[in-house]
Amino acid sequence: MGWTPELGLVLTLVLPLVGALGILALAGKPNLREGATLAAAIALLANVIPLVIMVGDGARPELMITEIAPGLDLTLRLEPLGALFAVTASALWILNSLFAIGYMRGNAEHNQTRFYFFLAVAISATMGVAVSGNMLTLFVFYEALTLSTYPLVSHKGDENARRGARIYLMILLITSLALLLPAVVGTYAVAGSTEFVQGGLLAGAGVGGATIGILLVLYAFGAAKAALMPVHSWLPNAMVAPTPVSAFLHAVAVVKAGVFTMLKVVVYLFGPSIVSGHPAANAIAMVAAVSIVLASVIALTKNNLKARLAFSTVSQLSYVTLGAMLATPAALAGAAFQIVMHAFAKITLFMCAGAFYTATHYNDVSDTRGFGRKMPFLFGAFFVAALSITGLPPVGGMWAKLFLSAGAAEAGAWWALLALILSSLLNVGYLIVIPVRAFFASGEKAAASTATAPPLTILPPVLTATIALVLFFLAGPIYDYVAPVFGGVE
Amino acid sequence: MVEFFAERFNYAVVIILMMTGLYVVFSSSNLVKKLVGLSVFQTSVFLLYISVGKVAGGRPPIVEPPHHGEGEAVTGAAAATAEAGHGAETEALVGAEPSHGAEAAHGADAAHGLAPTAPAPAPAGFGGDIPAPDHMTPDGVLDAVYSNPLPHVLILTAIVVGVATLAVGLALVVRIRETYGGIEEDELHQGDLGAERA
Amino acid sequence: MTPEIAFLPGWLVQHAPPLLVVTPLIAGVIAAVLPSARASWGIVLAITFFAAAMASFIAMQVMEVGVWSYALGSWAPPLGIEYRIDGLNAGMLLLVAVIGFLCAIYAPASVEAEVAPENRSAFYGAFLICFAGLLGVAITGDAFNVFVFLEISSISTYALVAMGAGRDRRALTASYNYLIMGTIGATFFVIGVGFLYMATGTLNMADIADRLQGLEGDRTVQAGFAFIVVGLGLKLAMYPLHSWLPNAYSYAPTLVTAFLAATATKVAFYTLIRFVFGVFDPGFGFAGLSMIWLIAPLAAAGMVVASFQAVFQSDVRRLFAYSSVAQVGYMLLGVGLGTAAGMSASFLHLFNHALMKGTVFLALGAMWLGFGVTRITDLRGMGRTMPYTSAAFVIGGLSLVGVPGTAGFVSKWALLVACLDRGWWWAVLALGAASVLAFFYVGRVLEMMYLREPPQHDGHAVTRSPAPLAALAPMWILAAANLVFGIWADIPVRLANAAAAAVLGSAP
Repeated sequence: MGWTPELGLVLTLVLPLVGALGILALAGKPNLREGATLAAAIALLANVIPLVIMVGDGARPELMITEIAPGLDLTLRLEPLGALFAVTASALWILNSLFAIGYMRGNAEHNQTRFYFFLAVAISATMGVAVSGNMLTLFVFYEALTLSTYPLVSHKGDENARRGARIYLMILLITSLALLLPAVVGTYAVAGSTEFVQGGLLAGAGVGGATIGILLVLYAFGAAKAALMPVHSWLPNAMVAPTPVSAFLHAVAVVKAGVFTMLKVVVYLFGPSIVSGHPAANAIAMVAAVSIVLASVIALTKNNLKARLAFSTVSQLSYVTLGAMLATPAALAGAAFQIVMHAFAKITLFMCAGAFYTATHYNDVSDTRGFGRKMPFLFGAFFVAALSITGLPPVGGMWAKLFLSAGAAEAGAWWALLALILSSLLNVGYLIVIPVRAFFASGEKAAASTATAPPLTILPPVLTATIALVLFFLAGPIYDYVAPVFGGVE
Repeated sequence: MVEFFAERFNYAVVIILMMTGLYVVFSSSNLVKKLVGLSVFQTSVFLLYISVGKVAGGRPPIVEPPHHGEGEAVTGAAAATAEAGHGAETEALVGAEPSHGAEAAHGADAAHGLAPTAPAPAPAGFGGDIPAPDHMTPDGVLDAVYSNPLPHVLILTAIVVGVATLAVGLALVVRIRETYGGIEEDELHQGDLGAERA
Repeated sequence: MTPEIAFLPGWLVQHAPPLLVVTPLIAGVIAAVLPSARASWGIVLAITFFAAAMASFIAMQVMEVGVWSYALGSWAPPLGIEYRIDGLNAGMLLLVAVIGFLCAIYAPASVEAEVAPENRSAFYGAFLICFAGLLGVAITGDAFNVFVFLEISSISTYALVAMGAGRDRRALTASYNYLIMGTIGATFFVIGVGFLYMATGTLNMADIADRLQGLEGDRTVQAGFAFIVVGLGLKLAMYPLHSWLPNAYSYAPTLVTAFLAATATKVAFYTLIRFVFGVFDPGFGFAGLSMIWLIAPLAAAGMVVASFQAVFQSDVRRLFAYSSVAQVGYMLLGVGLGTAAGMSASFLHLFNHALMKGTVFLALGAMWLGFGVTRITDLRGMGRTMPYTSAAFVIGGLSLVGVPGTAGFVSKWALLVACLDRGWWWAVLALGAASVLAFFYVGRVLEMMYLREPPQHDGHAVTRSPAPLAALAPMWILAAANLVFGIWADIPVRLANAAAAAVLGSAP
């Protein structure tokens, strides 16, 4: 039977699950098992690419999976934002899996089958989030993502890992049960459905301002995966996981699902016209701005490399929330760009951190001094990614920051502009210094070390860094791709 | 004032018994005494039903069969009902107008487990030594005032339920005595706490 | 109306309603005196299967044809006792009968481990009598008959709970306390029925409903309402009248706990609905007020407080007993809303909760059988030692929390929507709080089961020891039902809507 777009939608969910089963079946043969992961990942990307192209041409493939009850249905529908997220996630799955192979073997980690299995399941849930056609479906996959990543976070199994994983699960589930679910139900109660509609479901329903405000707040803090302060603390706590998991969580799947939810909710549930200028949206945007700066400041104080990266993520994610809440066309475009750019940049950073640890067993920033000569590719990739985060050319992150700033100016939110500028400065302080000191400073540990990182842990970050560079030049096409969603900007 | 209570003394008795029973249940720590309290409480309910259902000057609701056909009396009595007979609520018990028609007694009888007082042909001996009452004519049936058997039937059922409950309760007390060695609530509680700590 | 079905004998079809109740009753007596426990169990299995078949048949008829009214002894209502099945209790009958059948399959595993050999026949006999009583409550259309069957089921329940004494002697005191409170509740109920009789002169529920028209201001009627609500509230463990439940559920034999958790409170809840909405008119001022100011707040309080208490329990069955009290609160909240949507959500939750709690308690029972699990700490590593049982337990647990994909999510969603429709934000908050607490107490247990190492004996890890098939099958049927009805909720939703329509439509 031929490949149809509807089949393609189903395959995005099913292929990773098939991979997961393959992993289980091949548990005893590590090489074949890893092959299963990679095969599934490549197949997924191959499936997603034609879908992405189709959506770019204006198609919106749609499929209803099941109707739970009258008015409650699980539907898949693909549109530009989701397509962007899907292709980012599936591409990064391949690269993250390569890195994971190198890391897990290099550190002789235990329970590898369980690790790869849940990783595949979590990717399936992520794809579900990307292709959902209504908020209910998104919520279902959002929860599935929380549950399937829990075993990944608690992978190490010691007391520390269990505690961190417990906090992770607690915060995510409590916010989604107490805030997000009521928000979804409230949307349903007010609008009669939870469908994602171009222009906004609630915009057409003529809903009162106060209700919009309440719902916005519930969504903003209920989607805790977007790590808006103060519901962000699950993220630093999830650092107890092995680095491939952190890379995955903080670049590919979990956080991106959170901010993607935020963006979809604003664009398709509320509609930019309602959100832009709404007092509640402005309030949340201010919280996001504070998050941006505060998280960067905290990052400065962290010596543990992964902790520093975690807080950097909190800060960067709030960029998306900020853009979503400002809701001008440029801001929304910036938010969409940030999702993609930050994904590639952050995963590079984490993979570098993981590679460094595998080679040297050092965890701290201060230990990286002077290692640049010994590990040029590693720290080179790190440098490129750090540039992207800071928003400097010639890396893709620059465009995200540019559009966000333009959007802030459009909305007249000078404080947002200030936050973005401050954040860039702080980024230099806590992120760029690392590769700079690695190359140009000297450190005793570096001098004494003869460690080399396994090639499989170096190659992926270099690849992702290269992609980040390439993305710089692809800004135009990407912008054209998402423009139909928001309406144009200059 | 006195009249007010005199007319309603049955309710007063019911309330006193009910409260006494409940008080004993809650305040007593001896398991058997609790059951006693429970019984008193249930008895108050029986009294409530019975006293309220009393029909002053009512005859036993047994209809002598008229000479033609057995089914008559039943249908006759049944036809006479249909009005919502009120129990002697707020009306005084004594001196109430005997305006309560024969209740839907017969059908209810059958339903509630009492042997249907189907007007079987009277045994030869019955009625032989009692002169045929005036009301035993088809019209007379309607004029007479019958006692309402329904509350009595309900209470019999409730009594049976109460007896069964009491029996199970006492059986439990016996078992508790065997297992714990006592039937005072405090002792039992101590025993449980001790076992838990062990 | 006497429906015809080709392949069943005419007498069976015509007299299905009373047969449904009478056969278990008589069979119970027979089973109790049989010398062989296995034979008794055989009778239980056969009769519950028969009852399930009859109940399905009756339900199908009612769904197609409408209300089925059966006059006992051919004495016509409202004078005679009537068995009356409509959209509301058709589902209840089905639920009780099917759960009874599943429990009957599970029974031997539990009974042989927990009940002394000389008591087993009596146990099965009492089980059947309880089963008959519950079915009778659901099927009858006469108010006093409700009391009789309620007591039939309750008294046999006291005996069943007490049989847990073989395992833990506190079952005796638990049963005794349950007896005291249950009898008080039943007596309150009969007082209420007495008041209704005083006011209307009839005991037939439909007839009372007619005659109550225009009697709204009558104090007798109001008093009757109060007594009936309190009496039934005791039976269904409405907060704060719930204190008998945790002990009774914790110390009873596992089969009894599973059966009761899935049926007894549900039947009492059904009776409450029947009286409040089918007999009394919810349009009455005092009825409406009591919904808003009594039932709804108590329901919300019960949800939150009982969930909170559940979090701190160390005995695992007690934990889920408190959870049951909370779930009763969910159901009552839907009723307290007073809207059709709320009622439908209540029934949906009633049905789903029977599935969830049935799964959980059956699984816990199997774990007790395997390893003597009573405390939460005993559960460590159970995910590895009893994998299939644990998996079923996980499904039930997730359903309790309300994770999408499970039946619990669907009913929680329905409740939330109903509350929002009514504009009751505080109820939404209470539901949110209760869900979060549910996550805590279920999460504790799941963490212990999957993230801890199984206990060691003599240096060797405890080996895998899955439960026997007879125990696994009913458990997994219920767990699967959780999943199936979480994704294709069409049938339960339709049943719930029909029940709500039957209840609210029947109120004049």
